[in-house]
Amino acid sequence: MDELIIAGRALRSRLFVGTGKFSSPQALREAIAAAEAEVVTVALRRVNLQEAGDPTLSALDQDRQLILPNTSGARDAQEAVRVAKLARAISRINWIKLEITPDPRYLLPDPVETLKATEQLVADGFVVLPYINADPILAKRLADAGAAAVMPLGSPIGTNQGIKTRDSIRIIIEQATVPVVVDAGLGAPSHAAEAMEMGADAVLVNTALAVARDPGSMARAFKLGVEAGRQAYLAGLGATQEQAEASSPLTGFLHENAGQNN
Amino acid sequence: MKRCFEIDQFDSPETLTRRLQAVTPAAVERSLSQADLDEKDLVNLLSPAAEAYLEPLARRAQAITRRRFGRIMKLYVPLYLSNECINTCVYCGFNRTQRIARKTLRPEEIQEQAQFLSSLGFRNLLLVSGESRPHVPVRMLADQIAALSADFPEISVEVYPLETREYAALQQAGLYGLVLYQETYLPEVYAAVHPSGPKHDYHARLEAPQRGAEAGLRQVGLGVLLGLTDFRLEGYYLGQHVRALEKIYWQTAFGLSFPRLRRAAGGFQAPAPVSDQQLTQLVTVLRLFLPDAPFSLSTRESASLRRHLLPLGFTQMSAGSCTEPGGYGHIQASGEQFQVEDTRSAREISADLELLGFEPVWKDWDASFREEPAEDAPAKNS
Repeated sequence: MDELIIAGRALRSRLFVGTGKFSSPQALREAIAAAEAEVVTVALRRVNLQEAGDPTLSALDQDRQLILPNTSGARDAQEAVRVAKLARAISRINWIKLEITPDPRYLLPDPVETLKATEQLVADGFVVLPYINADPILAKRLADAGAAAVMPLGSPIGTNQGIKTRDSIRIIIEQATVPVVVDAGLGAPSHAAEAMEMGADAVLVNTALAVARDPGSMARAFKLGVEAGRQAYLAGLGATQEQAEASSPLTGFLHENAGQNN
Repeated sequence: MKRCFEIDQFDSPETLTRRLQAVTPAAVERSLSQADLDEKDLVNLLSPAAEAYLEPLARRAQAITRRRFGRIMKLYVPLYLSNECINTCVYCGFNRTQRIARKTLRPEEIQEQAQFLSSLGFRNLLLVSGESRPHVPVRMLADQIAALSADFPEISVEVYPLETREYAALQQAGLYGLVLYQETYLPEVYAAVHPSGPKHDYHARLEAPQRGAEAGLRQVGLGVLLGLTDFRLEGYYLGQHVRALEKIYWQTAFGLSFPRLRRAAGGFQAPAPVSDQQLTQLVTVLRLFLPDAPFSLSTRESASLRRHLLPLGFTQMSAGSCTEPGGYGHIQASGEQFQVEDTRSAREISADLELLGFEPVWKDWDASFREEPAEDAPAKNS
């Protein structure tokens, strides 16, 4: 069976779902069900781990889904580490999606602080999945520091622009020693399929589902896109050619008089 | 601190008025099709000619907001600490010449009011006060913020302008954000409607949002008091002010509010009333110009207008608001700053939002982001 293993946990679904931006807990629940997601991220700034009846958490089924808390809103390593530790103390979940986005406009991740926080959290026993820009060297440095996976962005959060960082993602995947989860910017099932065809281990989607007219249907479409892309990758895609190869216009002369000189 | 925005860097109100009048429908259409708006686009879309394009403006504004912020609406609630004020703003019910009952809440009354708001589900609190340092000193604000932050992870203040070090002290106590309206960017109008008191100083006020950002606050809200003068001019300078701030203080979110003059004690009449149509134009155009800015919808607007305007760019709104100090629960209330049009309770507003397809978000910050103030730690140099 084609399973994704992160930190020893086997996952059948390669579609992770983010929980922000949905119009209601009901819409969120439908999307998660249709996506058949097994990893669901929640923002620690938004949920209330201590209060019963938190609207986001009540939409989740912890028997079926791994709740992956994220540090969205943290401006530096210190904040992210503090938030992660307090969340673990309450929830006993030791997985953390590390998001350090000091710029509130584009929400781009800070590479310096992310590396720093990863080192500290790994040392403290966390399973760390850092959200990063598509920077191959940073991805290597994070894997060396003990990150359980890396989550490079396809394009800035919430833009739905698809994989604009294609060339760098390709290098990250080629060099990867930990799973690569393409996160952020995937606006259509075809974008998700493309990431999977490239060899990504999984994708994370939020905005595209949350703002769709029918989040459930869109989640199903993304699930199919992820599966199609994964199958194509496993089946071995034919290499693309820049032009047709009907003949060899430059080297044909080598064969024209074959045998004459022998 | 070098001032990052001066009105002299831009066209004068006279030149800008001429430019706005000269905009053609073709220019509006060109600007409507731009992915990112520049200065000329801002003028084109704020122009009288663009009033004929409200529907396409609204469609784009809604799509941008939805993609960036999702189908959620953050809820917050104002808590009025005091209506004491030494200013004489001609449009305001707290103006010191108004004969209203004056009241400053005592610390235990503040805590009582806050308890009540917390029991309603609020986690995002806006502390509001008139300008009177003797009645509401910075020390008292810091103490209250520290005391309230256990129940309210997100606290902002809408009080008189402070110095950078004072904002920093409040931030240390747990302050998340600041709201401070310039009221008007036109210096002559500003001087006329703020005839005396510390608020008479145009530049002291203009710099305050920058000082808040300099102090490291996460969110700073700006705005103009709509109705004092031409909203097109004000919208232009406001948009430019935010862009100037965003460039330097890239770690702070700069938000906007759109307060319109309402009836208040003293019966001030708006010299340049802004219609619903014009308010819609202003909100949607600034949403296109500032796609990432949080927009806050005022409790001053009627329930029906709020319902229609919300999806066109707003990301947060106040609910169940009362503008009199001590107005929640049972404390004897006093004079109010302005009349609230939307008198629905927080729960009704929340249910309404669900019908509109928004998830009401009561909590969007967590106390655990904040460093526990160490008892004997030396002050941090940041």
